Amino acid sequence: MTWGRMPSCAPVANRRWPGESGTRPKLATCATMLFSLASAFGQQSSLAPGGTHASQIKSLGVFFFWLLGIIFLIVIAIAVASIFQRGQSTQDEAAQRRLKTAIAGASVLTILILFGLVVVSVGVGKEISAPGGRGNELVVEVTGNQWWWFVRYLNDDPTRIVVTANELHIPVGRPVLIRGLSNDVIHSFWVPGLQGKRDLIPSRVTTQWIETNEPGRYRGQCAEFCGLQHAHMALWTVAEPESQFQQWIGTQLRPGAAPSDDLQQRGQEVFLSHACVLCHSIQGTTANGQVGPDLTHFGSRLSIAAGTLPNNKGNLAGWIADPQNIKPGTRMATVPLDPTDMQPLLEYLESLQ
Amino acid sequence: MRFAAIGCFLLALTACERERRDLRPSPAKVVVFGDAAIQSQILPGGGAPRASVTNPFQGNAYAISEGQRLFGWYNCTGCHANGGGAIGPPLIKDHWIYGNEPANLFDTIVKGRPNGMPSWGAKIPEYQIWQLVTYIRSMNNLEPRSATPERLDTIEQSSRTILPKSEGEPR
Repeated sequence: MTWGRMPSCAPVANRRWPGESGTRPKLATCATMLFSLASAFGQQSSLAPGGTHASQIKSLGVFFFWLLGIIFLIVIAIAVASIFQRGQSTQDEAAQRRLKTAIAGASVLTILILFGLVVVSVGVGKEISAPGGRGNELVVEVTGNQWWWFVRYLNDDPTRIVVTANELHIPVGRPVLIRGLSNDVIHSFWVPGLQGKRDLIPSRVTTQWIETNEPGRYRGQCAEFCGLQHAHMALWTVAEPESQFQQWIGTQLRPGAAPSDDLQQRGQEVFLSHACVLCHSIQGTTANGQVGPDLTHFGSRLSIAAGTLPNNKGNLAGWIADPQNIKPGTRMATVPLDPTDMQPLLEYLESLQ
Repeated sequence: MRFAAIGCFLLALTACERERRDLRPSPAKVVVFGDAAIQSQILPGGGAPRASVTNPFQGNAYAISEGQRLFGWYNCTGCHANGGGAIGPPLIKDHWIYGNEPANLFDTIVKGRPNGMPSWGAKIPEYQIWQLVTYIRSMNNLEPRSATPERLDTIEQSSRTILPKSEGEPR
């Protein structure tokens, strides 16, 4: 089956994410490699906070680091000094008393510092988990699945409920309440640039508030081991200004784009006549599968396979032809396709903006 | 002691096949097995040797659990409930109109049957149909006991459900 092999190589060649520094010099020096590594880290790092909660967590971490680092250095200095003062006698009474005072003092100080750290840490914990709503909050339901994220924007008006997958769009400067659910095992929702972790537990609802003040992309990742492809269960959080966000919601409310040429028309036929429709849905067509990600606006997504690969035709071809090669154990079925059906299918799926 | 240890090791080897996970199934197109699942004893023209069809997942616990998942995902539950039957016939029973051999069950899923069973051949990849077949057989104690999980608590025994006897019980 050579047709299956060919596109499956493509993902390896194209792992660059949109937003990563686009111009990579041909003579890649160590320095530039390190630089690009740092930028990749920046998209998923609690050291690069993009919101109030994350900066509080970062400040706490930095405070702990410096305080405990300095104490560590002092302890090491005393230990080293004691080695060089071995000659001194500790037998006389005055020296004994000094020693006892020093040990007692150090113990009390340790207890006080640890207690102080508990108070600070609990204080920050309370602050980041406090309800952040000011009456204008956005409520988003995030459901963990093996191994992808189902995202639903709740609304009192059922016709304005938006459904997407592996991507969370949030408006800048507005608190967002994440209602966490799980369909199978325990997952953990974690966007390090915005908040701490929150477990998603089957048949329970856990909540988390996030708020960002900087537009940008923050990568999130499942933080609780959930099976074979736990490592490939990521999502992109896209923070954008309110107007842009409303525009995005408006687009998402529309049904899937109708095929605009013969190739896309054929692609839609392929989609609707194969196993795709048993799991995926495309609003505006008969595809109404409920167990896989909704594909109504698939072409506008950043990634495929839950953040595993950037979304483009080459990667999509590899993913459809042989999903088990890219994500062994994934529940995406290996669907037999005629070689001539692949290109129309890609054209159709990528046209779903 | 040493022999006991070697014995335990050899016994453990027998468990390998049970859990073998075929994560990269063949993308082969669905094959409808011509006359492999024929029920009638009367064969026009005297009958030719039949193709022998074997279930690739016979006795495989992973395939059974995947089949169980797909049974819900592909809405088999919509008609058959969790196997006890609802608007569709129960799948736990002794008498099967179209046979309960792997080839027969495969044929039933692929082609569909009169009075409501749709034809799934174009929609479900072949390896997943085999996983469903293995699961359905496991519900009927037709798969090795070592690979068969407990029945779901949600299976309801309707008046039409005839639970087959488990191994060891007199039939």
